[in-house]
Amino acid sequence: MVAVEKDVRTDELVINMGPQHPSTHGVLRVVLKTDGEMCLDAQPDIGYLHRCAEKIAENLPYGQFVPYTDRMDYVSGMGCNMGYCMAVEQVAGIQVPERGEWLRVIVTELNRIASHLLAFGTYGLDTGAITPFLYGFRERELVLDLLEMLCGARLTYSYIRIGGVDGDVPPEFMDKLKEFLDIFPKKIREYNKLLTYNHIFMKRTVGVGVLPADVAIAYGVTGPCLRGSGVRQDVRRDEPYSVYPKLEFDVPVGTDEHGPIGDAWNRYYIRIRELEESAKILRQCVKMISPGPVLAEKVGRVKPPAGAEAYTRSENARGELGFYIVSDGTMTPARVKVRAPSFSNISVLPAIVRGQMLADVVAIIGSLDIVLGEIDR
Amino acid sequence: MGVLEYKFEENIILTKVDWLLNWARKSSLWPMTFGLACCAIEMMATGASRFDLDRFGAGAFRATPRQSDLMIVAGTVTLKMAPCVRRLYDQMPEPRYVIAMGACTIGGGPYALHGYHVLKGVDLIVPVDVYVPGCPPRPEALIDGLRKLQEKVQKQGLLARPAKPAANAGDHVLEYSRMDGVRRKWEETQKHGGLTPQDEEAAVEEQKKKDKEAVAKV
Repeated sequence: MVAVEKDVRTDELVINMGPQHPSTHGVLRVVLKTDGEMCLDAQPDIGYLHRCAEKIAENLPYGQFVPYTDRMDYVSGMGCNMGYCMAVEQVAGIQVPERGEWLRVIVTELNRIASHLLAFGTYGLDTGAITPFLYGFRERELVLDLLEMLCGARLTYSYIRIGGVDGDVPPEFMDKLKEFLDIFPKKIREYNKLLTYNHIFMKRTVGVGVLPADVAIAYGVTGPCLRGSGVRQDVRRDEPYSVYPKLEFDVPVGTDEHGPIGDAWNRYYIRIRELEESAKILRQCVKMISPGPVLAEKVGRVKPPAGAEAYTRSENARGELGFYIVSDGTMTPARVKVRAPSFSNISVLPAIVRGQMLADVVAIIGSLDIVLGEIDR
Repeated sequence: MGVLEYKFEENIILTKVDWLLNWARKSSLWPMTFGLACCAIEMMATGASRFDLDRFGAGAFRATPRQSDLMIVAGTVTLKMAPCVRRLYDQMPEPRYVIAMGACTIGGGPYALHGYHVLKGVDLIVPVDVYVPGCPPRPEALIDGLRKLQEKVQKQGLLARPAKPAANAGDHVLEYSRMDGVRRKWEETQKHGGLTPQDEEAAVEEQKKKDKEAVAKV
């Protein structure tokens, strides 16, 4: 019989994950430091999708930068369009007509639904379930059909322009939207049955990657990730913009019903509940919208006064999206700075990965729901 | 396939066998899960419920290059990412194919002008079979690109020894230039009144020396 060696010397192992990895949601590279199955550290290495969007903004007239904002957070392009246009309108002092504001809210909420459905599907893929992906994309296509009616594009819309929106909706749009809203609650119940309360899925996610509220606030985490930690923060409610003051909606936060507050399951479930909230907002919008102009008159070429600057906050699907614009009195901005929610959200990864199992790292990254186009810009 | 590839003379049976093999190959192109940017979302949509890439036998997205024979480059390739793309391509087993999806992979797209470290076209680092334009291309466009690739795969000869001019088109040009060089040398010697007997002897001896060196090398 061989004597078991008692003092086995172990070393830390550095594992490279990405940039080509099916669950990094794009081209994220994570350098993991592991001790056996336990993860000691995770350093995200970003920059594989840097496309110098901010520098391009300094070289283009204000209006021409709108298509580039689509390609920053490419899963919810409307939200980025809106954030940028709001900042430019504030710098240049442009007033958006009321119907324009209503349409903006309608399209951004639709896009939020599309974005969360994608997050739902890909999170299923991350945790080993393929079917939810197909179900999520089934409804996402219906949303994209609606958005396609407005601007002809499925992903990169550029529908929201400086001073309003590109054009009024086609006459059959509102009926189609109502049809979609009628069938959607049933589908959400289906998602819950399929994935949310699935025993295997809950085993994978409940209690994994707990993000305490104070850590989340310290790192500047926003959006569903912060709300999953139990902090009731939503720019749409705290600092309402556009027509959000007129709308009634809840801000769902994480609960300790099934596990600790702030775990991966809570972050995931917030998105499912936001689908309901977005549908609620859309139902109100359909009722309250009134006819009128959709684009401010005589916007033309935007030329804000020299030295004017503005910072606007808006709630995108991933969190608080900020645009800071400084004007130098010419046709192009002097500086555009983007505060991307995913950037702050991924920065918290080392803090929550520490002490977790190696297999859970994928579940944690998936629950943060990052978009690399926005992180690297 | 490696054992049988390009080993036989072309004939009617082989053509039929080739057709069968190509039909099998084109009907099960396995793409690699390789999303880079916005186009990846449309690639996912193509694989999902409505567009269902599985109808064309290309729905099995593999996570590793070792198991895939089609790389759909979906999204902007930056200079930081380019070596990784090249390495992934090198890891794929032959025969392998590449679809360049979207304006960025074709020529830099919207980032061609100011994108100081965006690769201006993925064909600078990997050979591309089909280009699918659009920003991003619709799923229908990607399916069309895949069908084009399937047509290409169907036309390939696998077992038969490839016909000379088609396969070695480059050799043909090379041969011509070599002939040209010989003729030039001959013309130069003619200028000096042709070859003398001594020159001929020297040439023969030089040739012998070269032959010996070649033998020694072997």
